[in-house]
Amino acid sequence: MRVSAIDRPRIAVFALFGLLALVPVYSGLFDQPFYLTLFARVMIFALAAVSLDLVLGFGGMVSFGHAAYLGVGAYAVGILAYHGVDSVPIRWGVAILASAAVALFIGAVSLRTSGMYFIMITLAFAQMLFYLAVSLKAYGGDDGLPIARRGTIGPIDLNNGTQLYYLILILLAATLTLAHRVVGSRFGRALEGAKWNERRAIALGIAPYRYRLVAFVISGTVCGLAGALLATLTSFVSPSYMAWTRSGEVIVMVVLGGMATLTGPIIGAVVLLVLEEILATLTIHWMLILGPILILVVLFARRGLWGWIAGDRHG
Amino acid sequence: MVEPLLTVAGVIKRFGGIAASDGVDLAIAAGECHAVIGPNGAGKTTLIAEISGELLPDAGRIVFDGADITHGPAPRRARAGLARSFQVTCLIPSFTALENAMLAIQARQGHSFRFWRAARADPSLKEPAMEVLARVGLGGRAKVPVGALAHGEQRALEIGLALALEPRLLLLDEPMAGMGPVDAARMIELLDGLKGSVAMLLVEHDMDAVFRLADRISVLVYGKVIASGRPEEVRADAEVKRAYLGEAA
Repeated sequence: MRVSAIDRPRIAVFALFGLLALVPVYSGLFDQPFYLTLFARVMIFALAAVSLDLVLGFGGMVSFGHAAYLGVGAYAVGILAYHGVDSVPIRWGVAILASAAVALFIGAVSLRTSGMYFIMITLAFAQMLFYLAVSLKAYGGDDGLPIARRGTIGPIDLNNGTQLYYLILILLAATLTLAHRVVGSRFGRALEGAKWNERRAIALGIAPYRYRLVAFVISGTVCGLAGALLATLTSFVSPSYMAWTRSGEVIVMVVLGGMATLTGPIIGAVVLLVLEEILATLTIHWMLILGPILILVVLFARRGLWGWIAGDRHG
Repeated sequence: MVEPLLTVAGVIKRFGGIAASDGVDLAIAAGECHAVIGPNGAGKTTLIAEISGELLPDAGRIVFDGADITHGPAPRRARAGLARSFQVTCLIPSFTALENAMLAIQARQGHSFRFWRAARADPSLKEPAMEVLARVGLGGRAKVPVGALAHGEQRALEIGLALALEPRLLLLDEPMAGMGPVDAARMIELLDGLKGSVAMLLVEHDMDAVFRLADRISVLVYGKVIASGRPEEVRADAEVKRAYLGEAA
């Protein structure tokens, strides 16, 4: 039976979120709390990957420093917790505002450049924040900073793994919906038009810089939320959240899943992190297996795994 | 005398030792079709780039509609009513013809900081975009990705995108470039239909088109306007004949 091209992506999204929603059930039935934590982490990285896709896929901006916003969000939560701020809305709210501010600054400077220079300057900013975190001896420096309590939001107790899991799932679904609206809006069209042909966009009166900067800030903000969730989930923050390899991993998730597809990066996060988990139990040289898989996907699936799952719309 | 819509005064642009614009003076009245002709390398495309804001001149002034725009950013000039078409087709390749036109309409309607409503289904974008496509003869090709359009159709869409901005001055950089006689005739007809409603600065090598469309002609050689006037005056000018027309004939 042929499923129509319009229905296939929708079915795939529902299937994906259906499966993610069943993880706590599975983990509860078979008494495997490990899966609950693993997939909560997967969804947090999926959130980061969706945020990166906004700038990378739709804006053509290859940010090689998105781990910075994960770190800023995480450290906001960690530092507030250290100083006894137990309110989760305040912790997460500050995390979001702080990452937005950092993204505004980094974006405003980095977007003066393009291409390879943009990649390098975003990397450089992320490295600066990494070493800043290392130098913060009061907050654990290299060793990181444990968080005593995850806290509560209204009736939701985040210390309960299942409740935290479903909250993350809802945030991921909400972000995906919002991102779809944004890329389909006038803003998204202007952003994408400027990605494909900057000269034409300018000739039409669209000043690309402003649109790119706003996209960059939206992206950094969402990624900062992911960082706050990561700190909450692990009850820990450390400079390693901002390592440049982490930025690379998020790029791999986007490319693997399919750039400019939004749902693709979620698949990319699931596949990358689950494969990593499975392969790491087989051999310590798991990168030797993962590497070729990535190369094959990039070579043969033009729009990543999502293009293959949802059917390639652009033929 | 009525203030011209566009005044270019003493514009100079040097690339290394070569002056692509060497004190260009030009005035275009509202609604006028003003052709700029000249041999290859005369600085015609440079002039369009300076007027549209892609290049900033080293010296001189460009005044559009009473405002000095010499150093203004290109997007602002586009919003002020200066639209251009490119010599080498410059469209958004992965968008359809309609999506290209809709982006132009959206740009004309003001800023695009609207994040929620679906742009593709927005009738306030779609309807005027369809009108523009119909105007340039692409009404039946709306859903075709730009990459799949024929060369002549892409050229027509170039004009369509400029028209979608409802400009007061169209900067046309060789609209007939690379066209066969059939497409060229269609393009001349299209531009002829626009005459009077919008001022045009037409850079073109096709002399049939130039003499048919232009109200006035300026001849640019080595970055200088060597003659300017009505088509019959320019045709009769001895210096022009020597510098350009003679060589082309």
